Amino acid sequence: MNSRQIRAGAVAMTGVLLLGACGGGGPGGSGGDFTDGKLVLAILNDQSGIYKDASGPNSVKAVKMAVADYQKKYGDRAVVDDIEVTSTDHQNKPDIANTKAKELYERGGADVILDVPTSSAALAVANQAKSHKKLFLDVSAATTALTGAQCNKYTFQWAYNTYMLANGTGTTVTQNGDKNWHIIYPDYQFGQDMTKSFTEAIKGAGGTVQGTIPTPFPNDNFATFLTKAGSTNPDVIGTMQAGGDLINVVKQFNESGLKDKGINLAVGLMLITDIHSLGVEQFAGTMFTDAWYWNMDAESRAWADRFRDETGARPTFEHAGNYSAALQYLEAVQEAGTDDADAVVGKLEGKKINDMFLRNGEVRAKDHLVVHDAYLARVKKPSEVKEPWDYEEIVTTIPASKAFPPAEASTCSR
Amino acid sequence: MNALLQYAVQGLAAGSFYALAALGLAIIFGVLGVVNFAHGAFYMLGAVTAAVLLDTLNLTLWWSLLVVPVLMFAFGVVVERLFVQWLLRLDPLYNFLLTFGLTLVLVELVKQKYGVSGLPYTPPEALQGRVELAGVVLPRYQLFVFLFSVAICVLVWLVMTRTRVGMIVRASTEKPELARALGINVGRWVTPVFGFGVAIAGLAGVLSAPFRAITADMGNNFAIILFAVVVIGGLGSIVGAVVAGFLVGLVEAFGQAYAPTFAQVLIFVLMALVILVRPAGLFGRKEATA
Repeated sequence: MNSRQIRAGAVAMTGVLLLGACGGGGPGGSGGDFTDGKLVLAILNDQSGIYKDASGPNSVKAVKMAVADYQKKYGDRAVVDDIEVTSTDHQNKPDIANTKAKELYERGGADVILDVPTSSAALAVANQAKSHKKLFLDVSAATTALTGAQCNKYTFQWAYNTYMLANGTGTTVTQNGDKNWHIIYPDYQFGQDMTKSFTEAIKGAGGTVQGTIPTPFPNDNFATFLTKAGSTNPDVIGTMQAGGDLINVVKQFNESGLKDKGINLAVGLMLITDIHSLGVEQFAGTMFTDAWYWNMDAESRAWADRFRDETGARPTFEHAGNYSAALQYLEAVQEAGTDDADAVVGKLEGKKINDMFLRNGEVRAKDHLVVHDAYLARVKKPSEVKEPWDYEEIVTTIPASKAFPPAEASTCSR
Repeated sequence: MNALLQYAVQGLAAGSFYALAALGLAIIFGVLGVVNFAHGAFYMLGAVTAAVLLDTLNLTLWWSLLVVPVLMFAFGVVVERLFVQWLLRLDPLYNFLLTFGLTLVLVELVKQKYGVSGLPYTPPEALQGRVELAGVVLPRYQLFVFLFSVAICVLVWLVMTRTRVGMIVRASTEKPELARALGINVGRWVTPVFGFGVAIAGLAGVLSAPFRAITADMGNNFAIILFAVVVIGGLGSIVGAVVAGFLVGLVEAFGQAYAPTFAQVLIFVLMALVILVRPAGLFGRKEATA
């Protein structure tokens, strides 16, 4: 084979490849507006570890529900027919999240990565989104850095952040009279962020933080940490532990007798799956901030019923958040008529949204934080529970403008 | 003073779990020569079984303390017959691979069946609340855990030193060749001893159910500290395991009180010191008496 033949062959091959790339465009679309002719929504989260129940495989089902709803709504008018939903396990490790995100964007054809719990893992994915110029809608990670110091054009934070949790719980509990706090927190990024946010919120509301205690993570013995925190006679002990560690704290707090001394427990981050696993009697009366509750109104409940039929469980706010993020992404793609990341970002920025999950929601253009109403919740007493998963009473709705930090305070600069 | 006493009781309560589990680990190592890396998983299974029994059959903690060790003994016997016995003649590395692999399988199976958020557990009324002793308010459950595990340790010690079975097990632990030469069928004791070690780990799991999160992963971190306990006590030493168990509990509690960031590190510092000064552990092989 001489060089001319090789060159001719190469040209022919390239032509075939180009045809292949363009030919797959959906019938609703104007061929070529979608890379590979399809849209790939990649969920990257914890499929096997401590956050599996809070988000995990059921978030994949929630995203599939969003795809089904999109297809039902637009039918033949949909700009893309072929929508693929994939799921990948990052095991809550930033290094794995980093590699997987790179793979998904480069070889998995991912147009958007969704979910990504664990702050350090989410920051790694945000970095990949930035360098690949592809979208990342984070739902389950709480660090404010995602839309603050480490923000970028392609990253959005959809459901909550540590500010929302701290502001809701820290401010309200302090204003309700529990002015002196002692905080215990797991000694890693999330715990440190939470402690910082809580301290600011408590001071802002006129309270004081008498002390903070870092604890190992994970850990199953908190007895002495709690005794130590209780020895300064605070009004309330704030725990920033999450998941299994939170359950250890609550069990050992209840057992310690600190409650009899008039010391309350405030929880930084709690999901309905935590209450479900430990039982309402252990948590009864505990105040915490929630981004959404499945039984807060008819619209949420209707969706939660569908979710239950799919999964057998009631959704956490993370499940609902993933549904909302996927649905609004698809809406933006529909509007833009393409999966081109810059075009989709343009449609999302500044958009005002009201859906099953977001109330008075707005995708803030400045830092890509999605602000919306948040809720201060109280865990019901066993006698108040009327049906399975009926665990929360919404005490106050915190309006979107107060629930999240103001745009002016954002340190994001792109 | 008041606070010191409180920390001490908390340390002893935490140490109770380590002491019981390490006791089983030490006996298994002594008789079988197997370092059982699945011990954390057996501890977890004990707690999960107790939670399931409470949920399905309404068996309270009192019943679980009786029933679960029996179930776990049976499970241990099955595991020994099916897997462990084939490895006794091989390099210890194979034991490591087997028991570590077994841990992964058991943990994943529990995750598949019960999820990762954990199972609820309500302790009996009698063990809730607090008692006042010499001006110090102590949670009832912690006292119970401590007294109960001390009782079990004493019972095991009596069996080991005062009965024929105990003598045979000790002889098999310390001088297997000599025991064989004297006509004792050491092999016959291997299966029940393994079962017993598993049963005690399960018992520690039951005790932890009202007190700790019952999740598939609860044994992972526990097992790491457990091995520090066994190394501190001296591999294969039964008394060493128990003493080191309580010691580590105390170190953990006082560490949490006075140097929270280093609470867990301190345990391993202690372990390193013991290895430096007494490589065989506090009650290592040479000194092992019971």
